[in-house]
Parts: sequence; C-alpha cells; structure tokens
Amino acid sequence: MRFLLIEDNADLARSVCARLSLEGHAADHAVSLADADDHLAAATYDLILLDITLPDGDGRSFLARHRAAQSDTPVIVLTARSAISDRVDTLDLGADDYLTKPFDFAELEARCRAVLRRRGNTLSPQQRYADLIFDPMGANVSVSGETRELRNRELRLLEILLSAPGRILSKDQLCDRLFSYSEPVSDNAIEVYIARLRRKLAGSEARIETVRGLGYRLTGG
Amino acid sequence: MSRRMNRNMNQRRPASLRRRLVVQLIALSAVLALILYVAVRLGAERASEATLDGILGAATIAIAEELRSVEGGAELELSPGTFSMLAAMGEERIFHRLDLGGHAVTGYADLPLPTATPTALTAVFYNAPYRDAELRLAAVGRSLMIDNRPTPVLVIVAQTREGQRAIAQQLANRAAALGLAVFLIAVPLSLLAAGTLLRPIARLAEAVSRRGGHDLRPVHHRAPAELQPLVEQLNAFIARLRTTLTQTETFIAEAAHHIRTPLATLRSEAEIALRQAQDEPTRVQLRSMIRATEESARSANQLLDHATVLFRAEQQAQDKVDLGVMTAALVDRFGPTADLKDMQLALSLPSERLETKGDAVLIEAALRNLLDNALKYSPADSTVDISLIRDGINARLSVQDQGRGLGGETLADLSQRFRRGVNVGQVVGSGLGLTIVAETMAAVQGRFELTDREDGGTCATLWFPLSV
Repeated sequence: MRFLLIEDNADLARSVCARLSLEGHAADHAVSLADADDHLAAATYDLILLDITLPDGDGRSFLARHRAAQSDTPVIVLTARSAISDRVDTLDLGADDYLTKPFDFAELEARCRAVLRRRGNTLSPQQRYADLIFDPMGANVSVSGETRELRNRELRLLEILLSAPGRILSKDQLCDRLFSYSEPVSDNAIEVYIARLRRKLAGSEARIETVRGLGYRLTGG
Repeated sequence: MSRRMNRNMNQRRPASLRRRLVVQLIALSAVLALILYVAVRLGAERASEATLDGILGAATIAIAEELRSVEGGAELELSPGTFSMLAAMGEERIFHRLDLGGHAVTGYADLPLPTATPTALTAVFYNAPYRDAELRLAAVGRSLMIDNRPTPVLVIVAQTREGQRAIAQQLANRAAALGLAVFLIAVPLSLLAAGTLLRPIARLAEAVSRRGGHDLRPVHHRAPAELQPLVEQLNAFIARLRTTLTQTETFIAEAAHHIRTPLATLRSEAEIALRQAQDEPTRVQLRSMIRATEESARSANQLLDHATVLFRAEQQAQDKVDLGVMTAALVDRFGPTADLKDMQLALSLPSERLETKGDAVLIEAALRNLLDNALKYSPADSTVDISLIRDGINARLSVQDQGRGLGGETLADLSQRFRRGVNVGQVVGSGLGLTIVAETMAAVQGRFELTDREDGGTCATLWFPLSV
C-alpha cells in the first residue's frame, strides 16, 4: 500500500516511514499542509495518515478541505492531543478513523485494513503462494479453489509467514508481531495459532513446518 | 476553619434589605405622625388662645378707657360694645378687679396681680390659680386725673378657660386621629415602596441564580445604576474564570502533545529495533522498553483524560446524548482492537431512542474506558457483550466480559485513583480508568456498578437518567 504521512515531527515521521517500509508498504512524508498538497497533486495514495498539529495549520482544516474536494482517499488521524472531544471532532470532519500517539503498529495496520475494507477498496493485491491465494483484505485464503475465512490472528500469522517464505521464523519473532506487548502471552500461545492456521491450510501444498528448537517456516511442497 | 465559618453563617440569618427598609420607613412614618399630632395640637391651642386673649385684652382695654374721673373718684360706664365683647366670652366665668391708686375699689379684691405693673394702654396677660379654677388674666394700667392728681388705675379682667380646654382636647383628639391615619396609610405604602425598590435586586438575583454556577456567559441583565458596578464586577470575574479554564484546557492539550509525540517516536523506533534485532538479550530489553513506553503513554493518557474529566465535570455541560448512537459508534471503533485479539464485540441496542443529558465528551470517555478494560482483561477469542436497555426512568448500559473478574475487590476499591486490581497480572494500566468512569457517572447523576459474573468475568453497568 502507498501511504502519505503528514507529520511535522521529523523523528517520528522518519520512524513511522521506516516501519511502514519494513512491512512492505511505500510511504511518503509531508512536513506541512502545503507539502501535503504538493504530494497529493503528484501522486495517488491508498491512505493518508494525518497529524493534527501542523506548522502551517490545523490538520482539521486539511480534513475539511480534503472532503470538500471530494477526494476519496481515506484519512486516519494520528492525534497527540488529549482533549477527548478532539477525537470526536475529527470523525465529524470526515476522518475515517483516528489513533492516539503513541500507537501500536499492529493496531495501525488493523485500522488501515478496516478502513480500506469499509471503503470497499480492493487495491490490495491478492498474494499467491504454491496453490494458495491469500486475500488479506477479504480475510480469506483459497486452497485449490476452496475459500476459507481467516480470523485476524490467523491472517496476520499467514501474512508474516508469506512475507518470508522458506525462512525460519522464531517463536519470539512471531509472538512479537502477533501479540500486543501489553498482554501476557503464554509459552504455547503461538502453537495454538500455528495449529489453527495449519487446519485452515489443510489440503494445500503449502505447509507450515516446525523446525525443532528454532521455529517455523512456510514451505510450498 | 471554613466549616466553622459556614456554620456561623448558617446560624445567623442574613440581614434582609427589605425588612430593614420597611422597619425604617415605618419608624419614619411614626415620627412624622407624632410631629404632625404635636404640631396640630400646639397650633390649635395657640390659635384659640390668641383669639381668646385678643377678646379678653380688648375688653380690658375698653373698660380702662371708659373710666372717667369724677369728683373724688372714678366713674365707669360700660358701653354696649364692651358688653358684647364680654358676652362673646361664652360660658366662661368672668372676674374683674379695679384698683385706684393701689387699692382695690371694686370687683374681686383678691384677684392675683400681674408681676409687672402695666403702664400704657396695652394688656398684660398672665395665668394664675384662683379659688378652684385656673384663670387667664389681662391687666391694663392707666393714669387718671383725680382731684388734679394723677392716680394710677389698674383694670384686671379674668376668665376661666374650661370651655377652651374642652375644645382644645377635641382638637387634640382629632390631631391624634389624623396622625394615626397618616401612620396607618404609611405602613402599606412603606411595604409597597420597599417591594418596588427591591424588585430590580430580586430580579437580578433570580436571573443570576437561575443560570446556575456553571454558566460562564456574561450576565446581560438590566440592573439599576446602583447595581451596575456589581454586575460589571461579576462579569469581570466570570471572564477571568473562563480565561483560566480555557488556559487549563489548552495546557492539557499542549502537555499531551509534548508528552505523546516523543513517546510515539520512542515506541516506533523500539519496534523497528526489535524487528531487526537477532540476539535474545537485546530482544528482551527492547520488549521491556516497548512495555515501558506503553505504560507511560497509558499513564499520560489517563492522567490527562482524568484532568479533562475533572475540568469538564466542573462545567456540567448539558448536551443531548443519544446513548444508542454513541455506543454503536464506540463499539465500531473498538472493532479492529478486538479483532487483533480475535475477540467479538456483541452489541444489543433497543429499538427506541434512549437519550440522556450531560457532557457528551465525558460520557464517551466513560464508555471508552469500560470497553478498553473489557478488551484488555479478557482472553483472546472471548466475547464482550454490550447491551443498552431502558430500565424504568433510566437507561442501563452494561459491558460484560469473560475476563478475569474483580479478584475479590469492589468498585469502591478499584475506583480509587491509581489503584489497580490484585489480579491484573502483566496487563498494562494506569489505575485511572474506573476512576474516570466513576467521576463521570457522578457528574451526570448516573450510577455505576461493577460485579463479578457468575460464570466468570466482569459486568460493568451504567445507569443514565433518561431526559424527558
């Protein structure tokens, strides 16, 4: 996916862009509203991440302008303000969603996905691996023509495995990306989800192999 | 100290302007009535006495003038005019005495003499007791040539004043009646005047108290000139308070911004580092760094939210809040968060519209905290049931999870600031979430209950008074 991040804090912007590219997304950074307008004139984006406090104006005025121009690129507001009412405000002004800084990246991704799904956006391409057709937006996987629904964690686990097929991923690596850092995770938690995903992939050439002592890897027969 | 002062103020009734004004006006009317009575009475007495004295004096002078000297003595021949004057004295008793050369020659020789001997033909008046009566006397002196010798003559005419006194008493009674009438008319007039005078004050007081303590708009009530400074000061005070409140709000927002932005960078950087780190000790360190970031972010969040809640609870906004719409929007917003844990949010809404009055921002904060708690403390794959239903004159909103329950603690324990449950384990929290809910429910005059569910989990219930 292609993101436009409108954020005046250089450190945060660089970090968020790095994080987005790490997940395989493309991200452009605009430091001000004027800069954002230039970017939007030059390219199309799947999603806009908008900070509220910007040097040359309020992010909310951008939202109002953006909606008035009938642009249908979804906007997720990243707010650092506390006034609880701010959050309500931005939704009224036509933001698709908002997140309070600092945010969990997994949650940002989940919200992006939810926003795009709500918009009926099918931009995100389906991924093919062996006889699997994985549709992250539709939250399903087809195994030789048979479509199976994926629950969120199964989906994310498959996404992680598909991002590095053949490579061994340790339990810890998987845990870090599957579970929130603020929740307690039991030792066998990852096994539960591996087992579930295996059931969903049953009958496929693609298999999740257990590499004893090291972790798991996806192989395509 | 302040409590004692309050009690003292409560014990002593505040001075009433109205009562003071009425009492003073009535006292003033009483004094005026008394003065009127005295003035009328004295004036009437003086006037009647002056008239009577005039007649008495004229009669005495006439007698003195009608004295003529004859051989070896004096002769008096009263003219008809003098007679009629004496007759005009009415029913009073009349006495006379005539002295020639210092000896009483006719009349009542024991009639008291004036202190100063009158010389010219003008009457000297005086009062004196005589026998059983109080007399008013007029004395006129002249000189008469008797046997070619000037001889002093003294004419004294006296009269009783019983009739006059009776008339004076009658007049006095009338004066008293007049005074009393004036007083009686003055009482209702005083009450009326006090009422009219105090009406602008009463109206201003009513206008100010009707707005309540939370209305921070300036007072635009028409007040009399004397009250204008008071209204101006009140408005200046309101303006100052409003500025302070706005500054507080701005400060909270600014503080949030300055705390959250660097935390967001820190967290994002740590997440990237964790993704790239290979050796286990670094990964452990990074993980605890992320947890710490999360913890401080949450605390900052909740502290600032708590400050906002306290600040807003003070203002008591009266928005119309459609609880169904608000709950649905929030549940929708928490969808992706629940999804991350493969959790279900089951929402049950009534077909009717349930509306309450209060600060929408506060109510939203309360609901958000309950949903946040339910998601945080529940295991993956569980369901949170959210239901809104009418309960008599209230709307009842309950959030039920399949989490770890209350661990034997009560709402009173858990709603204390920074107090976290005994069974929170590793879940990150600030100990302010339930405080915010409890404070919000107090601000909107609602009710908050937190109970363990029979089959495990927690049930949080909010009751909002329905607006009519």
